[in-house]
Order: sequence, then C-alpha cells, then structure tokens
Amino acid sequence: MDRGFDFDWQAAIDSIPFLLRGIPYTLLISFGGLAIGFFIGILFGLLSLSPIRPLRWPAVAYIEFFRGTPILVQVLFIYYGLPDLVGGPINALTAGIAAIALNSGAYISEVVRGGVQSIDKGQREAGLSLGLTRSQTFLHVVWPQAFKRMIPPLGNQAIVSIKDTSLFSVIGVGELVRQGQVYIATTFTAFEVYFVVAVMYLIVTLSLSYLLRTLERRGLVGA
Amino acid sequence: MAETIVTMSRVNKHFGPLHVLRDVDLAVDVGEVVVIIGASGSGKSTLIRCVNGLEPFQGGHIVVDGNRLAPGGRNTAALRAIRKEVGMVFQQFNLFPHRTVRDNITLAPVRVKGIARGQAEAIANRLLDRVGIADQAEKYPSQLSGGQQQRVAIARALAMEPRLMLFDEPTSALDPEMIGEVLDVMRELAGEGMTMMVVTHEMGFAREVADRVIYIHSGQIIEEGTPEQVFDAPRNERTQAFLSRVLKH
Repeated sequence: MDRGFDFDWQAAIDSIPFLLRGIPYTLLISFGGLAIGFFIGILFGLLSLSPIRPLRWPAVAYIEFFRGTPILVQVLFIYYGLPDLVGGPINALTAGIAAIALNSGAYISEVVRGGVQSIDKGQREAGLSLGLTRSQTFLHVVWPQAFKRMIPPLGNQAIVSIKDTSLFSVIGVGELVRQGQVYIATTFTAFEVYFVVAVMYLIVTLSLSYLLRTLERRGLVGA
Repeated sequence: MAETIVTMSRVNKHFGPLHVLRDVDLAVDVGEVVVIIGASGSGKSTLIRCVNGLEPFQGGHIVVDGNRLAPGGRNTAALRAIRKEVGMVFQQFNLFPHRTVRDNITLAPVRVKGIARGQAEAIANRLLDRVGIADQAEKYPSQLSGGQQQRVAIARALAMEPRLMLFDEPTSALDPEMIGEVLDVMRELAGEGMTMMVVTHEMGFAREVADRVIYIHSGQIIEEGTPEQVFDAPRNERTQAFLSRVLKH
C-alpha cells in the first residue's frame, strides 16, 4: 500500500461536519444520564448510610450490581432485553441515558457515602447539641461540607461517563463513535476519522476538567 | 433551698465489654459549678455527654430540668427539649468551617427557635463582644486562633440561652498561651451565675471556680466535695495518687 502511514489531513477535515452531528447525542446521553444519576446517587448514597437495615440493603445491592457488571452489558440488557419485559421496543437514546443514569448513579452513591462519612462526627454532635434536629443537622451542617468534598470525584465520574457513551455505538444511537463508524464505512479512512473522534472527546473532557479546576481555584471546592 | 437542674440516678453505661459508667448518682443545683476531674479514660467526658444525650446509656435515668432521659432513648421529645436548653463546648471546638463566625452563632437561634435573622445577628454581635472578639464576625473559623475559636464556640452555645453549660475539656486542644483567654470567659460566665459542668485538667481553674469537685475513677464517682476538701484533704487514696501526679507539674 503506497499510502503507508501518511496522515491524510484533508480526509480528517472532511469528516468533521459529519462527526459533529454525533456531539449533541454524546452530550445529551452523558449529561442527561449524569443528571438523573446524580439524584439516584444522592438517594442511594444516603440510603446506604442508613442505620435501618431494610433501607440500607437494597441500596447496597443496587450499588454492587451496577458497579460490578460492565456498562456494555447493562445497555445491551436495557436495549435488547427489557423490551421482552415491557412488551415494546425501547428507543436507543432512552436506553443510553438510562444506562448512564443507572451506572453513574451507582458510582455517585459511593461518592456521596464517602463524602458524608468524611465529615468529622464532632460536626454532627455540635449541631445536635445546639438543639437542631437530625435532619436539620444534616442539611445545614453535614451536607454543605460533604458536597464541597464531593465535587472533584463527581467531576471525575462525569468524565468517565462521557467516555462510556462511546460504547453505545453498539445499539446504533448516533453518538460520536457511531457517526465515525458510519462515515468510515463509505470513505475507509479509519486512521484519520478515529483520530478526529478522539480529539473531539478530548475537547469535551478537557473543557470539563478546566471548568472544575477553575471552581477549585476559586475556593468553591475542597476542605 | 436550691433548685436542682440535673439529677443522674444509678446511671450505667457499657461500651462493649467496658463498663464505662458505674452507678453514677449526681445532682447539680442551679447556679452551681461542678468540675469533674479524673485520669483519661476514667469516664468523665462520657458522663457529661450523657447529660445531653450524645452518649446513650443502659441503666438508670437522667432528669434535666424536668425532662427525663431513659436508657436507649434516642429521638425523644425529652431529648430535644434538653438539647435546647443545654449548651455544650467541645475539646475540638467543632465550629462549622463552612459558615462565618456570625453564621455559626445564628444557625441554632434561627433554625431551632425561629428567631428572625436580623435579631439573631444582633444576639451574635452582642455575644462576640462579650467574649472579646467582636471584630472577627465576618471571618471563617479557620482564620482564627484556637483560643478565639473556642470563644466563638462558647458564644455559639450561649446564643441558645442555655440553663446549663457542659464543657468537655475546653482547653485541652489549645496552645498553652491561649488557655487563659478561654478560662477567663468561663470564669466570667460562672461569676454571672451560669450552671456549669466542666471536665478539665486545669486544676487551678477547678480550685478557684468550682463549687464542687468530683473525682471519677473507672466510671465511678469516688470522691466529691468542695475544692478545699478534694484538693487539700482527699480521703480516697486513688484521689490522693491522682492529685499527686497532676499537681506535681
């Protein structure tokens, strides 16, 4: 092959408009899923801290299940498996958002649990000793401090989830990798196109990292 | 006839195999300053932490201003009532690091008593002035010295207008040069008639301020009396041994 490993810049540039059409899907699945995952994470993270066993046990089971199985299997199960159960097809976009929500929710639960547990128990005792109820103590004393500490690991999870959406090309949702595959099927420029795809992911994740670091510098995050 | 505010009756506490409090009987009168001394691990902190329910206990009962705490009672109305009128100062200050000094003080009056924010802030300013740090209201706890932080913690507890103040080794985490400023505030408070239960290693403070000194050993009150009785003529040989150890320094 006389093309060898020469990088065809023109082919790379030509692919950009088509690939960009995948970005909205990648962002929608990532951030839609993460938004839901955040609420799941708060709920199950707090349940996993409950002293009441019947509340704690289901939360722990959920967390272990979704952390312990591959997200690819989870999305295949939702997209191909669940329709048998619900008696109708599930839209690929919905399946993708659901998979990110359930998967990130499990990891975020652990972030929430760790954040809350990292707060010194003297803080809780001080709140209670002042006459605050347990829920007031949690809301006004423990949670604001825990949340600050949770922001860096939450940012980390957001980056992981954005990259995880690339797996959803297998269910045909038109996200970034899927767009790349479709484009390559007609041009056979895999080397150039996957390079552009990789750069596009990098732009999204680096922007997010930059945003988080700015927050941290402004002192909104940390101890 | 003095009014009794705290009554502990045959209080027993176990922590796993450890018998932390053994048949503790103690009554504290309104306006009285009771100082509790003893070696570390003797149960003196546990004793005062039982009074506002931070530690559960297994036997006996505690009555604080008519509110009765029974063994195992965790979330009862009596516990809530007790905590509203009993202030506590901790060894590690336990200020809220995410709130300014003033907001540390206003939190409970606003949330527990429903006092308007403006009014709560006026209370906070007055208390900060009283503990000598009126100029630090806008700062965060981490910007203050240890002595200043502990004075904020005292002001925070006083903002709830407590009938009783518990002090759990309030100067043990302080650098030596800052102990005096905290003890001064406590001395003033005692002079104003505040009822206080104080766990401390500051024997000079105990001798000067206490109405009654209690020596606790292995979870048992084994000696109590006026500071003169306990410090100058201890009857129990364990008290004698303890005092000879701590007073030598």
